[in-house]
Amino acid sequence: MTNKDIHYLIKQTNAAPLVVFRLFFGLMMLMSIVRFWLNGWIETLYLEPNFHFSYYGFSWVKPLGNYTYLLFIVCALSAFFVAIGYKYRIAIITFFLSFTYIELMDKTTYLNHYYFISILSFLMIFLPANAQFSVDAFIKKKQYQNIPKWTIDSIKLLLGIVYFYAGLAKLNSDWLLRAMPLKIWLPSKYDIPFIGNNLMQQDWFHYTMSYGGLLYDLMIPFLLLFKKTRTYAFVLVVFFHVFTRILFPIGMFPFIMIISTLIFFEDNFHQKIIKFIKKHLLKDNSSDFDHQKSESKISLKSIKNYTFSKSKKQLIYPILGLFLLLQILFPFRNLLYPGELFWTEEGYRFSWRVMLMEKAGYSNFKIVDAKTKAFFYVNNDDFLTLYQEKQMSFQPDFILEYAHYLGDHFKNQGHENVQVFVDSYVALNGRMSTVFIDPKVNLYQKRESFKHKDWIVPFSSKIKIKGI
Amino acid sequence: MFKKSAILLVLVTIIYACSSSEEIESGVSDNFDRGAMLTHLVDNIIVPSFQDFSSKMTDLKSAGETFTSSPNQINLDALRASWYIAYKEYQHVEMFNIGKAEELQYKFYMNIYPLSVTDVETNISNGSYDLDNVNYQDAQGFPVLDYLLYGVAATDEDILKKYTTDTNATGYKKYITDVLNQMEGLTTEVLNDWTTSYRTEFVNSTDNTATSALNKFLNDYIEFYEKNLRANKFGIPAGVFSSTTLPEKVEAFYRKDISKDLALEALDAFENLFLGNYKGSSIANKSSFQQYLQALDRQDLVSSITNQLAVSKTQIEKLNANFFEQVNTDNTQMTMAYDELQKLVVFLKLDMASALNISIIFVDSDGD
Repeated sequence: MTNKDIHYLIKQTNAAPLVVFRLFFGLMMLMSIVRFWLNGWIETLYLEPNFHFSYYGFSWVKPLGNYTYLLFIVCALSAFFVAIGYKYRIAIITFFLSFTYIELMDKTTYLNHYYFISILSFLMIFLPANAQFSVDAFIKKKQYQNIPKWTIDSIKLLLGIVYFYAGLAKLNSDWLLRAMPLKIWLPSKYDIPFIGNNLMQQDWFHYTMSYGGLLYDLMIPFLLLFKKTRTYAFVLVVFFHVFTRILFPIGMFPFIMIISTLIFFEDNFHQKIIKFIKKHLLKDNSSDFDHQKSESKISLKSIKNYTFSKSKKQLIYPILGLFLLLQILFPFRNLLYPGELFWTEEGYRFSWRVMLMEKAGYSNFKIVDAKTKAFFYVNNDDFLTLYQEKQMSFQPDFILEYAHYLGDHFKNQGHENVQVFVDSYVALNGRMSTVFIDPKVNLYQKRESFKHKDWIVPFSSKIKIKGI
Repeated sequence: MFKKSAILLVLVTIIYACSSSEEIESGVSDNFDRGAMLTHLVDNIIVPSFQDFSSKMTDLKSAGETFTSSPNQINLDALRASWYIAYKEYQHVEMFNIGKAEELQYKFYMNIYPLSVTDVETNISNGSYDLDNVNYQDAQGFPVLDYLLYGVAATDEDILKKYTTDTNATGYKKYITDVLNQMEGLTTEVLNDWTTSYRTEFVNSTDNTATSALNKFLNDYIEFYEKNLRANKFGIPAGVFSSTTLPEKVEAFYRKDISKDLALEALDAFENLFLGNYKGSSIANKSSFQQYLQALDRQDLVSSITNQLAVSKTQIEKLNANFFEQVNTDNTQMTMAYDELQKLVVFLKLDMASALNISIIFVDSDGD
């Protein structure tokens, strides 16, 4: 390590941005969990299906029956404890584990922003986000004014990666030259007031949105970094996310991103937020806890700098160094696979590729007796929810896992010499559908692995996709 | 800061909205009028089809009355002829499972097969039954007439005996009457709703939401093709979903020699709606899914769909008029017809739904 590196690592900055981030992050997570529950998604996504799609290597992570509710309660409570900064370290570890467990239960529900929350909460385990303005500080009767600067920078870096990589992924011919998939999605929003029946239908608007989205993603991390452009950047952030929220069913994600980007602001802005909350929310509130807190604020011992102990540094630096390096490299793993990424989706997930594809599939499974050649087709409704069927139909790893499930099912039913074939078609970004999986391959014999799946029929459309 | 941002945001939005509204006048690329499409469908296809069917249904009911008041060979033949005409006409309305039809579960009271003969015979011998009960959906409609007019005994002579000298002849006659009343009553109710209140609601419900008439109509249309046509008429009897063939599950199992006619009729109905035609005849300024796809610059998909319909029809025409016979003698031809029909499912559920961005499966969850 050079002196400069060490100098950077010991640099201190005001803790306010991180503690405000902690508060908002915790609250947003609490809201997300409550919203998820109220929407009945615990039942429809985790309890009703008979079968769950697992991530490779995580087939042991399954919904826990009625205890799944308990899991969500644990997750919500830990989010709340993170927000108020009570037993912060245990709370954020619990949150990370419970949230990640929920996401691993069924990959049907995979969303990039769920993954973002998982890695962000992992990072936060190592950050002193309870340094001040937290119950922990109140109980220990001491708070820190400053924390190492890198702790805040690491969150900025993670946010920057999300945006910038999402921008890089848009540098492809479908997005730039065909305005796909916005050309399909935007006109279908014809029922939006004012702009639905005119603006949304315009060719030039689809291109404007495509290029606008691209520039936004690539530039916003930098615009947020510089003080001069920061306010405008934030306005852009709000506008962009609110606009996409109107257009697409993306739940809490826009709000999470809007709130998260506040971390780019200077510490006096966050101090104002803290002051505002203390003055208006905590004082007005007459509950015992808050009352005590504001009363005894005076007796809190203020320490200038928070520093990690030597042993902690030895643990945290390599872990986070490796973690951040992985975050930078992992999204490029698709380069290790042959074939068209949008088609095979090998290396598609966990790499900030959002809103890039209008992709749909139709997969019809055929159970064959290898000896007699007798066969029948499977009715997917018998085994999968509509949502699972939709997601399964165009993703090879889902198709394979389901083929094995079907094979096992019919074998257990007493069928002999079971082979599983699939008639599978996929349509991508406005192209005509074509055969997706080799219909002559017995999927029951193929195993999941990180290797290339050679039973995917190569992407054959004349309209190629060129890009990163 | 927040106040400033908020004001700025509002300003940007307003400027954006205003500057864009001036653009509207100039070049509109997709001016496909969904309301006009629904209006065309309802005024020129749906309501006329229901009116046609309703009048055939009235004929059928009066043929039924004539038969039950004097059961003889002439009246039996007349009733059978009327039944066949109405059954064919019915194929043109089954796909409109929306509005009142959906609420009443119309198609489930009209044409669920295979029939539950046990339920029918038990009902008749008990003399009391509630045809509105969902458990008896497979003991009424066209299939029960199929049974009572062709399958209740081996010969015409014996069939007539059921309505004349049988100890429960009254019961058999009453069942025919009750089933016909039920069918006619439901049909009238559905048609009246279209011509009075539902039409307006239908043509105005063009939103792209799970509950809008436009989306539900498309869903019903595809479901009709996939389930009622492809699976029920072909796939299930051909044993596509089971380890053995199930020939007794063909439509009009007792009459036997009309299963192909009915299937082709349904396929025609399906194709006509796609093209915006009424029973094969084109209408000026027609507007349907074909035109909708063309407006979205997807003539390629329109060609694929119409070609595949033609290929399917050619293969079906090769089949025996009696699908029961076809499955038993040469099921390969039957599964070949199914395979051609199946190819169209991909175009409909996948390509068309994707092009219109109307979700066939309405999933209530977030995307990203």
